[in-house]
Amino acid sequence: MVLFTIFCPIIAAILIMVGAPARKTALAASVLTFAAALFLLTSFDYGQHNFQRVTSFTISPEWRLSFTTGIDGLSLVMLLLATIVTLAAVWFAGIIERYENAFYACLLFISGGAIGAFASIDLFFFYAFHELALIPTFLLIGIWGSGNRVAAAWKITIYLAIGSFILLLGLILLYQSIPAASRSFDIRALQAAASAGQITADAQRHIYLLLLIGLGILVSLFPFHTWAPEAYASAPAPAAMLHAGVLKKFGLYGLLRLAIPLLPEGARHWANLLVILLLGNIIYVGLVTIAQKRLDWMLGYSSVMHMGYIFLGIASAGILGVTGAAVLMFAHGLSIALLFAIAGELRQRTGTLVFDELGGLGRVMPFAGLAFGFGVFAAVGLPGLANFAGEIMIFFGSFKNGWVMGRFHIFQIATVLTLWGVVISTVYMLRAYRKTFMGTLNEKWKELVDLRPTLRLPVALLVGALLCYGFFPQSLVRIVVPKFRTYLTANRHLTDTECRSHGAVSATGAEFIASLGQPPQDSRDKKTPALKARLTESRFQRSYWYDRIPGALPQAHVRKAPLALNSHGTVRRPHGVTPDEGNAPQGRGYNICEIACR
Amino acid sequence: MMRITAPELEIAVLVLGMVILMVEAFAAKIDKRILAFAAIAGLGIILIASFLVAPYASPNQATGFWSFYTADGLSIFFKQFALLSTILVLIMMIDYAPVVRRSFPGTRNGLGEFFAVPMFTCAGLMYLVSAIDFVFIFVSLELVTISFYVLVSFTRRNPLTLEAGTKYLVLSALSTAFLVYGIAWIFGVTGQTNLHWLTEALANPATDRSAALLGMVFVLVALGFKIAAVPFQIWVPDVYQGAPTPVTAYLSVASKAAGFVVLLRVLLPFVTLPPIQRLLVLIALLTLIYGNLAALPQTNLKRLLAYSSIAHAGYLLIGVVCFDARAVTFYLAAYLLMTLLSFAVLIIVAQQTGEEISDFDGLAKRSPFLAFAMLIGMLSLAGLPFTAGFLGKFFIFYAAVLQRQMALLVVGVITVGCGFYYYLKVVRAMYWQSGVNTDKISVNGLSRLTISALVIGTIWLGVYPQPILDALQR
Repeated sequence: MVLFTIFCPIIAAILIMVGAPARKTALAASVLTFAAALFLLTSFDYGQHNFQRVTSFTISPEWRLSFTTGIDGLSLVMLLLATIVTLAAVWFAGIIERYENAFYACLLFISGGAIGAFASIDLFFFYAFHELALIPTFLLIGIWGSGNRVAAAWKITIYLAIGSFILLLGLILLYQSIPAASRSFDIRALQAAASAGQITADAQRHIYLLLLIGLGILVSLFPFHTWAPEAYASAPAPAAMLHAGVLKKFGLYGLLRLAIPLLPEGARHWANLLVILLLGNIIYVGLVTIAQKRLDWMLGYSSVMHMGYIFLGIASAGILGVTGAAVLMFAHGLSIALLFAIAGELRQRTGTLVFDELGGLGRVMPFAGLAFGFGVFAAVGLPGLANFAGEIMIFFGSFKNGWVMGRFHIFQIATVLTLWGVVISTVYMLRAYRKTFMGTLNEKWKELVDLRPTLRLPVALLVGALLCYGFFPQSLVRIVVPKFRTYLTANRHLTDTECRSHGAVSATGAEFIASLGQPPQDSRDKKTPALKARLTESRFQRSYWYDRIPGALPQAHVRKAPLALNSHGTVRRPHGVTPDEGNAPQGRGYNICEIACR
Repeated sequence: MMRITAPELEIAVLVLGMVILMVEAFAAKIDKRILAFAAIAGLGIILIASFLVAPYASPNQATGFWSFYTADGLSIFFKQFALLSTILVLIMMIDYAPVVRRSFPGTRNGLGEFFAVPMFTCAGLMYLVSAIDFVFIFVSLELVTISFYVLVSFTRRNPLTLEAGTKYLVLSALSTAFLVYGIAWIFGVTGQTNLHWLTEALANPATDRSAALLGMVFVLVALGFKIAAVPFQIWVPDVYQGAPTPVTAYLSVASKAAGFVVLLRVLLPFVTLPPIQRLLVLIALLTLIYGNLAALPQTNLKRLLAYSSIAHAGYLLIGVVCFDARAVTFYLAAYLLMTLLSFAVLIIVAQQTGEEISDFDGLAKRSPFLAFAMLIGMLSLAGLPFTAGFLGKFFIFYAAVLQRQMALLVVGVITVGCGFYYYLKVVRAMYWQSGVNTDKISVNGLSRLTISALVIGTIWLGVYPQPILDALQR
């Protein structure tokens, strides 16, 4: 089924190239891929933290290279994002005047490449699938783009090619840093080798730096971001939706999949550098975004700026921040896709996206205005839309979990500056909304028609997903956390930090937990386990109405063990209850408090 | 099944060449392309026979024939390489025949030798990759070079070709002089020309190492000319542009490959000496930088491919510096596929329109098949995954990372970016621009088959390299 998800767009693209009807085949393929992703979502085993549905074809036994695909929590979320945005992008493409076949083929190749990259467990194919999307992007921007499309196409292609090769060097170095006997391209084998401590600290620092720069170029990290705004401004709307929404997340996915789990020493060594660069993303690029006078440029710069939040979550390398990063990746993909889609429609109808020339369009295009409004508020981080869930977790996670440098808790400083970024993004987003859709209607635009009914469906899909995961972020969190919990606990170094920092606030933590109805347990307690269980039954164990959302797994009647403090003041589970490593309860999943206080 | 030994392969090729030449001389009335088909068929049989040859590395203390000729796995692989590239070049020559005929107006002569001389070149290349003695290297190199003198200036009515031929003749003769002088120095210092005994002689502390190094530098000059390394690359753009296009393809692929094999063999005795290592790194850096930067402004596709072949020599030199023969050989195998593919498409398009990149405008409309084939060729040359070119670069960079060659890696990554630009210029012309000339281009059956086979081979090698890797293991 995973292979179907990967190859459905690619085969459809090949069919279109040899002459199948372009739009119908593309739509059918994207619907089928979306359905397959939904199927994967509903049949996902939440408790298991390993890769599921793994299929493997050996390519080269000598290099331990095999075409292995599978999904786990993080890949599933990314797969879902990729398929939703592909469906929306293909639907929004509309009628293309020239070379329609090539257009849809390129879109599907980008989609197939992204899905393949997210679903690959093998390092080589992880890299190769992403490169598959490079040339179709070049063609899409160059042939069907607008504005300064030639320069933009060259810039993005060459910049990303160089970034990819730096990433390749990092991957080769990673492969070589493991002793020859256990070398493999398989990410699971690399994870095992890393947990066994086979990658030296020195090697980790070098590899992490290479990966950071390579993946950072791919994600438009601060000094390497100049390719993004121009490319997104010049690209046709579906291409911008796919690239900004999905392909950019490849770099962040790579950091989450490779850099943090395999190279924790490298992550801690370069954390300060990453924080400074991401602040450049947020503050500097944020201020540049405010200065933009055109909607497409503003959206391009804003997508660069929002990457800063996700980088902050990743840099904090604690489970809260990393979960927030994953949720924000998903949410940002959806919201930026929505914004680019509406912007593309505007460009098509009005021919211009300069703010001063637009205005009052909400009167003639109410539905588009509503959709754009949802996108704007999602990007801003309004609660109720999925971005908020991600951002709040990132802010809390980095505030709590960061490293301390002398007297300065650099992550706390970074969080404060990132919150300034929230205000900055509010400024430019709301200003864009006001200037485009509100205000006085320009005479020229009196005759514009609103989005036709068929286009309202993909918009509804995107907005619906944003709202659904905005009000029920649990559903996303429960998917990704088992995986993160695994590797963030596999790294004893990181859990020591967490434990230490938590131990440092254990008094407050004890009060916090006690205030939730859980008394701290004394190990000299003579009460029987059953009595204890009944006495300490807390709100954590009651089943809430939102646990019974249709579509989620049937709730097993497993009582989650209450958290307790032992005499040392650190959190641990009481005796007699099996720890949940490896067989996490199929219960409610993990709400934020549990994650934070573990 | 009778056992075939390696020397019989070259003898067969030489006999085939002479037969074709005789037929051409005495049967003047036939369509000369029959000769080409006969040559392809003959070479195909010899190629199949080569798979039946058991590798036989010549023992170190051999005397006589086996003291200068070896049949180890590397040489068998490259004999097959030479045979395959000659077959593909002959197919391209069939397509190119009308152009050659135009340079001999009025007579029907002249075309037969065009098909016969590559046999001798092929035999020379096959001898060259088996040579383990300097004198034999020199003799086979001469066979190859003299055949190329004839081939490069074949369409002699064209002044550009004559200029190319003269440049090639003079510079090649100069480099051969360097080669002989270097061999003489090495022989004078060590008293050996056999490469293995040379290694032993150099290990002897009594030999004058610096004199041997001087001789080696002269030999490197000559080999640098052959593989188009900087600063011996001046002949490449003009000769590649002026020569008939199939000959350019042949020069670019087969001659370069043989040059690299000789380089690997010849460097083996000297590889432990640090000055050679530093010199090679310097040459590799210069070649990478020059080849890629000079290719950026090119507008003529043939000249662009010439500069790009210099760039690829740079990547191969990275492999030589790290002394990873397997990476170099794999890269050469990939290079054969993608370069011959690009040249095959170029020949067909050039006959209809021209050789400039702007002549490729709108090719996607005129012939989607050719445009797609060129797309795969260009992407493989640039180094996009799922193509053979990427795996070649991957192995080369792998070797460089293993040896921590920082300068080579940094320059290598930057030049890959340059490469994306000038290779994608062709892709842009084909797919973005709309051409002036819009009639369809037809491709005949044999060419279509060959181009499809090359495209499939390029993608296959990029996805499933294991058979070639196994073959290289032997």
